[in-house]
Amino acid sequence: MSDLTFIPGPPGGPGDDPGAMAPLPHYVSTAPYDPYAVERMTPAQERFYVASQWRMVWWKLKRHRVAVAAGVILLAMYLGVTICEFLAPYGVDSRNTDFIYAPPQPVHIFYQGRLVAPYVLGFDYWLDMKRLQRIFTPNPHKRQPIRFFCHGDAYKFWGFFPGNLHLVCPAPGGQLFLLGTDRLGRDLMSRMIYGARVSLTVGLVGVAVSLTLGIAIGGIAGYYGGWTDILTQRAMEVIQSFPHLPLWMALSAILPVSWSPLVVYFGITLILGMIDWTHLARAVRSKLLALREEDFCTAAVLMGARPARIIGRHLLPSFTSHLIASATLMIPGMILGETALSFLGLGVRPPMTSWGVLLSDAQNINVVALYPWLLAPVTAVILAVLAFNFFGDGLRDAADPYH
Amino acid sequence: MLNYIIHRILIMIPTLVAISIVIFTIINLPPGNYFTTYIAELQGSGEKADLAKIEFLENEYGFDRPLWQQYLYWVGGLLHGDMGYSFSYDMPVDKVVGDRMLLTAVVSVTTIIFTYLVAFPIGIYSATHQYSISDYILTFLGFLGLATPSFLLALVLLYFANVYLGISIGGLMDPKYLGRSWSWDKVLSLMAHIWIPVLVIGSAGTAAMIRRLRANLLDELQKQYVVTARAKGLHPVRALFKYPLRMALNPFISDIGSLLPQVISGTAIVSVVMSLPTTGPMLLSSLQSQDMYLAGSFLMFMAFLTVIGVFVSDLALALLDPRIRLQAGRRQ
Repeated sequence: MSDLTFIPGPPGGPGDDPGAMAPLPHYVSTAPYDPYAVERMTPAQERFYVASQWRMVWWKLKRHRVAVAAGVILLAMYLGVTICEFLAPYGVDSRNTDFIYAPPQPVHIFYQGRLVAPYVLGFDYWLDMKRLQRIFTPNPHKRQPIRFFCHGDAYKFWGFFPGNLHLVCPAPGGQLFLLGTDRLGRDLMSRMIYGARVSLTVGLVGVAVSLTLGIAIGGIAGYYGGWTDILTQRAMEVIQSFPHLPLWMALSAILPVSWSPLVVYFGITLILGMIDWTHLARAVRSKLLALREEDFCTAAVLMGARPARIIGRHLLPSFTSHLIASATLMIPGMILGETALSFLGLGVRPPMTSWGVLLSDAQNINVVALYPWLLAPVTAVILAVLAFNFFGDGLRDAADPYH
Repeated sequence: MLNYIIHRILIMIPTLVAISIVIFTIINLPPGNYFTTYIAELQGSGEKADLAKIEFLENEYGFDRPLWQQYLYWVGGLLHGDMGYSFSYDMPVDKVVGDRMLLTAVVSVTTIIFTYLVAFPIGIYSATHQYSISDYILTFLGFLGLATPSFLLALVLLYFANVYLGISIGGLMDPKYLGRSWSWDKVLSLMAHIWIPVLVIGSAGTAAMIRRLRANLLDELQKQYVVTARAKGLHPVRALFKYPLRMALNPFISDIGSLLPQVISGTAIVSVVMSLPTTGPMLLSSLQSQDMYLAGSFLMFMAFLTVIGVFVSDLALALLDPRIRLQAGRRQ
C-alpha cells in the first residue's frame, strides 16, 4: 500500500511562508480516489500472498546466493558419495607398491604450446641411499594421457554389483595420482572419494539421531511442563556442561575392539548424535512452550486430540523449517567430531576409510614436512563444513519467510 | 543477589552428582577392568604378571564389590581430595596429574581471555561496518576458523614454525623447567610458549564469538532507540557504546557456559598433536588402557571446571542484568 499516495502534511507548517500559494513541491496523484485499490493485487502479489510457507522459504533461499552455491556444492558431494566407485580412479585398497609416497601428479593440458587432451607426467624413481628417501621426479618425456569412461580396477558397486567402469583412469601402464599416494602406495584421491562416504554420512545419521531425541524429549518437556520439564532441563544441563570431545573419546573408547568396522561406524554416529541433541531439544522446548498457548492449540485440546497428535500435527509443523535449519547447522560439528575421533584413532577403524582416518596418517610432524600432500583430505573437510555452515545460515534466514 | 547465589550453588550439587554418575557408568561400561587387560597383555607378550600385587590392588579398590559400592568409594575419595590410584603409572592419581590439571586450567583460561580480546573489537567493527569489504573478509575468515579442525591448524602451525622460523614449538615450556617447582622463570617460559596452543584452540571459539557478537549488535543497532539517539545528534561512538553494546554483551558473558566445554575439548585434542603436558594425551591413554581412576578423575575434573565456569558466567550475567537476579528468587 505504500505505493499509493503520499499524504501531504497540513499546509502552513512551522517553516512555511504563510503568504505564498505556490504549487506544492511534491507529487499528488490526480486519479480519482478508489478506496478498494488497497485490496486489489497484481497477479504477482496474488501469487505471493497465496504461496505456501515452503514455497516462500524456497524463494527466500534462492535469493541468498552464497547459500545456493553451498547447496549446490553439497548436492554434488552427496551425489559423489553415491557413485564413488565410479568416480575414483583406483580402488580404495589398490596398492601400487612401486609408488610409495609418490607426490601428486599435476594435470597438464598444454604440450609444447599446443592444447592437447589432459595428460600427466610419468615418474622417474630412484632411492636416495644417503637419506633412504624415495625420490620421484616427473619425466617430461613420459606423457600419459588420461582416459575417460574407461575400464580399470574392479570393484563391487555398493558392495553388491561387480563392475570396473571409471570416470577417469591412468593411461595403460601409467599412473594417475592426482593427490599423491600414502605409505602403502594407495592413491589418496581415490581414498578421499571413498572416505567421503563415511565422513559425509556420519553427520546425516548423527543428526537424524539427535533430531529424533531432541524432538521427542524437547517436545515432551515443552508440552507437559512442570516436573517433566524441570527434570529434563537438569539432565540437559548435565550433558551440556560436559566437554564434548573428552566425552566422545570416553564413549568411543568403550566400543569393543572385536566389533566390525561397520558396527563401529554406527556406534560412532550414535555417540555423536546422542550428545548433540540437547541444543535441538532446547529449541523445541522453548518453541513449544510459546506455541501451546496459541488458540489453535487450545482448539485442538478442546476437540479432544491426544498430546502426541497435538505435538506432531499442530505444533511441530509450525517450526519445522527452524528445526531443519538448526539441524543443518549441527552437521558440520559432527563431521569435525568424526574427523577428530578418527584422527585420534578412536573413531572409524580401518579398513573403513574416512577423512579422519586418512588424516591420522598425517599425525606426525615429519610426515607433514616430507609428504605434505597427505594433508589433502583436510581441504575436503573444510569445504564440506563451510558449505554446511553457509547453507544452514541461508536456510535459517529463509526459515522465517514472513519476517 | 544472595538468594540467587545460594540458588545457583544448590543447583550445582545435583548437577555434579549426576555428572559423576554418568562418568562412573561410562568408564565402567567396557567389559573387564584394567587388570584383565593388563594380564592379557602380559600373557600375550609371554611375561608373567605379579598376581599377588594385582590381587591386593583389586581387593584394595574393591573391584570385586558391587558397582554402587565402588562408586561411593570413588566419590568419597574425591570429596576428600583423594582421586584414587593410577594403575598404569603405579602412583596416586594426584601425583600423576599434578601440574597437568593446573596447566589445563591455565591454557583454558588464557584461551578464553584471548577469545574475548580478539572477538570483541572485531565483532564490533564487523557489525558497525556491515557489508563492507572488510566485513566480508572477516566473516569469511571467521567461517574458515570454524571449519578448520583445530588439530590440523596445530599441525600446520608446527610445520611452518619449524620450517620458516626454525623453532620447535611442542610443549608448554622450555624442557629444562619440566619437573621443577614453580618459579618466576618457569612462568615466563610458559608465557612464551602458551600463545600457539591458545591461538589454535581459540580459533574456533573466537570465530563463533565474533559471529554472535556481530549478529546481536546488528539486531540492537536496528532498534528505534538507536535511530532516535542518532537523529538527535548523539555522537556515533557514544550512541554505540552507551546502550547497544551493553545489550549485545549479555550473550557474550553467558557464552562462557558453551565456550568452556569447547575450549577444554580443544585442549584435549590439540595437546595430543602438540604433545602439551596437559590432560589430553594422558586422558587418551588412560581411556585406552582402562585406567579407570585416572580417566574418571580427569573427566570429573574437566566437568567440574566447566560447571564452575558456567557458575561464574551466571553470576556475572546476574550482576549485569537485574532481570535475571530478580527473577531467580521468584521462580520455583
